[in-house]
Amino acid sequence: MSIDARFSVQHDEFELTIDLSLADGEVLAVLGPNGSGKSTLLNAIAGLQPIDNGAISIDGNVVDDVGHSTFVLPEHRHVGVVFQNSELFDNLSVLENVAFGLRARGTKRTVARATATGWLERFSLEQFAQRRPKSLSGGQAQRVALARALASAPSVLLLDEPTSALDVRAKAEIRRDLLRLRREHPVTTLLVTHDPVDAFALADRVIVLEEGRIVQSGALDEVASHPQSRHIADMVGLSLVRGDVRDGALVTATGARLVVPADAAFGPSVASIRPTAVSLHRSQPEGSARNMWEMTVSDLDRQPERVRARLAGPIPLLAELTPAGAEALSLDIGDSVWAAVKASDVSVTPDLGPSQPAPTNCPIR
Amino acid sequence: MTTEAPTNRQRARRILGSSLLTLVAVVVVACGPSDSTSNDSGTSLAGSLTVSAAASLQGAFTDIEVAFEKAHPRLNVTVNFGASPTLAQQIIDAAPVDVFASADEATMEKVADEKLLNGAPTIFATNSLEIIVRKGNPSKITSLTDLSTSRLLYVTCAPEVPIGKYAGQVLQKAALTVRPASFEPDVKGIVAKVASGEADAGIVYATDINATKGAAEGVVIPPNANITAEYPIARISTSANSAAAQAWIAFVTSNEGRAILRGYGFGTP
Amino acid sequence: MNQLRSTRKRSVGLRRPPVAIIAIAAIAIAFFMLPFIGLLWRVPWSDAWSLFTTTSSLTALRLSLETSLWATGLSILFGVPLAWVLARFGFPGRRIVRALCLLSLVLPPVVGGVALFAAYGRRGLLGDSLFELFGVRLPFSTAGVVLAQTFIAMPFLVLTVEAALRGLDQRAEDAARTLGASRWYAFRRVTLPAIRPALIAGAVLAWARALGEFGATITFAGNFPGRTQTMPLSVYLALESNPGQALVLSVVMIAISFGVLLSLRDQWLGGSTTPRTSR
Repeated sequence: MSIDARFSVQHDEFELTIDLSLADGEVLAVLGPNGSGKSTLLNAIAGLQPIDNGAISIDGNVVDDVGHSTFVLPEHRHVGVVFQNSELFDNLSVLENVAFGLRARGTKRTVARATATGWLERFSLEQFAQRRPKSLSGGQAQRVALARALASAPSVLLLDEPTSALDVRAKAEIRRDLLRLRREHPVTTLLVTHDPVDAFALADRVIVLEEGRIVQSGALDEVASHPQSRHIADMVGLSLVRGDVRDGALVTATGARLVVPADAAFGPSVASIRPTAVSLHRSQPEGSARNMWEMTVSDLDRQPERVRARLAGPIPLLAELTPAGAEALSLDIGDSVWAAVKASDVSVTPDLGPSQPAPTNCPIR
Repeated sequence: MTTEAPTNRQRARRILGSSLLTLVAVVVVACGPSDSTSNDSGTSLAGSLTVSAAASLQGAFTDIEVAFEKAHPRLNVTVNFGASPTLAQQIIDAAPVDVFASADEATMEKVADEKLLNGAPTIFATNSLEIIVRKGNPSKITSLTDLSTSRLLYVTCAPEVPIGKYAGQVLQKAALTVRPASFEPDVKGIVAKVASGEADAGIVYATDINATKGAAEGVVIPPNANITAEYPIARISTSANSAAAQAWIAFVTSNEGRAILRGYGFGTP
Repeated sequence: MNQLRSTRKRSVGLRRPPVAIIAIAAIAIAFFMLPFIGLLWRVPWSDAWSLFTTTSSLTALRLSLETSLWATGLSILFGVPLAWVLARFGFPGRRIVRALCLLSLVLPPVVGGVALFAAYGRRGLLGDSLFELFGVRLPFSTAGVVLAQTFIAMPFLVLTVEAALRGLDQRAEDAARTLGASRWYAFRRVTLPAIRPALIAGAVLAWARALGEFGATITFAGNFPGRTQTMPLSVYLALESNPGQALVLSVVMIAISFGVLLSLRDQWLGGSTTPRTSR
């Protein structure tokens, strides 16, 4: 096993209790609301946070064992970490940043630089080699951080909310890089995120962390179709649409067209739409949304703070409105409504193939 | 037409003006005339009297101050001790001093050259020099010649300070070269360094040895190798209380004053 | 109406402090400037060069520069590790230790000199042992001057560097550690470069303080031309024998310090001193 972690550690007000293992090459996503202990978990594996009880081993080597008073310092663990804010070293050039891990472990400068250049080329970042991190955009910096983490050939890759600080376009770029990495150069990866699209795009398995405890774990589509926590339930309000992107639109197997952002990559893709991005109207709307369809309300879930409507039509969707909004439309099951989605609210990720979970019409609750 | 509210510029001028006035007022009050009233008639003087005296006079002049104040209860006396050149420079820089008692005539002459003396100075005391050594005399010094032992930590004052000049003269008379470890600001500095044990020896006034009260010891310099320091005293022409100044000098040269000086080891001419 | 107006920014004093504040500030500026103006006015300019180039002045200047540079070097060598430990290593009694190390900031330097005697003087804790073992006698020596200056000046550097270290985000160092950097490598290649401005400012502060050190020096190291008579001592002694020389030397010291302060204004203020927007 590549990572085996069974431990507990005090985290703010509660205790974080973990029991997980990752197989070689596996990608595990750790989902959960902010403050649930996800980053602490990652820090514990990286060696930046000692545990209170239990043990952690990486690639069969024990790196932290309270019972045997063993603690391996982070610099000896051979993990690669990408932080939320890239944490590039401002006083070094991009190339020196990427070469840092090699130089720190004693590699000669020329060799380290050559390896670093190779990694920059892989990510098409070589034109930034002599620049300072301050001059990079958030997305570029994060990709450099990824190259930096990978350059010293870590056994394990730890990603701490890698896309949280990025804009939509940069998020897509990072996910694209990570997917390419999985295909060409798979590394055991622990991905901590609160963005479900990250998980959908990249992970084989998922665990859900809430208040320091693992409340659910398993294959992605299982968790999505049978959410056992509020967090996941809200999360799977996402509508997933699978199809082929060409000419600026995603075309489903049934021929329905979903206009996507102009920079979406061509080819087989999965589009995700947040429920709040779907607007409902009694009659065909005039507005700027280029996506609109006439749909039927197949299910309604009324909660005090929100109303969710399951819509059947050319592209099955889940819409979320305020109770007042739902009242204004006097929605009822069986009603005919128009649904509209802006192209810019559609998030497109390339489809990896059979290992991708099938898009589900998740239960509404 | 109604008058407009003062513009910013007018306001600024007003504030600047009042600040300056306040400053001037403060300065005037601070530099105002002192409260000394020279009361020529009557035996009891009043007001304040400031005396600057060479550091070696510390013990004697303190006792004299007590006696003098007893005789003139309405008079407030302050005595400044320090290296004679420093005190002289202060007087030249217009410090409010009434009487100056220096450890040598050269320093008094500097003040005379600036036309700051009222009348000619009087020699009121003499002093001779003595070698000061650490308690118990661990360096085993018995004469001037022993001072030129290498590795001996000998301290003195710069030649501008009377004791520095005198010590140099004594050593020159004995044809000795002694390399000092440090030039202290005044004679009390020499005493302090030797008494604390950080220096081995120095040449100071005979009166200073007595004043250490056993914290350091003295080695006598025989009279033929010694020199006599003559202490002049004079009134300062810018004194605000010349009656009191005159009375102080009279007291110092009186029988009572001379007795106090002799008690501390000074000679009285 | 003149249509061809020159392009000149309109001045309305939008963000300027209130007039009363400016007036008070003006008084403060005068307060600081008057002594220096007075000094320049009283300096005997015709003799200035000859007074400055006397052997005693030049020797004192050379000694001051040498000892203060040594003191600064020692302050950096020992001060940076001290700052690191105080900022990052939570040992019991840290607050007390920190207060002790910074004590000479608030002590009168003469008291510092007396304390140095108690440690390194002949009758002090280590004085005799130092002499017996190494033949070293610190009072009355140039090394003693460096010691006194370091004692007084190092806390300035420690204070500045410790504050900078505390203000740093540790995550950059964490990133370096995960990349395989040892504690020392991470400090050297990530932390130190990040606090470089504070380190420079602290070193300059320490150097300036060492250059101007008087009380501890004259008490502990004494006063001997060429060996322990630094510029400040020289000025003090010249006051009684040669006031003109004292003035000239004072102006020289002020010129050096002023030059250094001017050249470091950016580091001092942590940014640009040019106004961000025109008024």
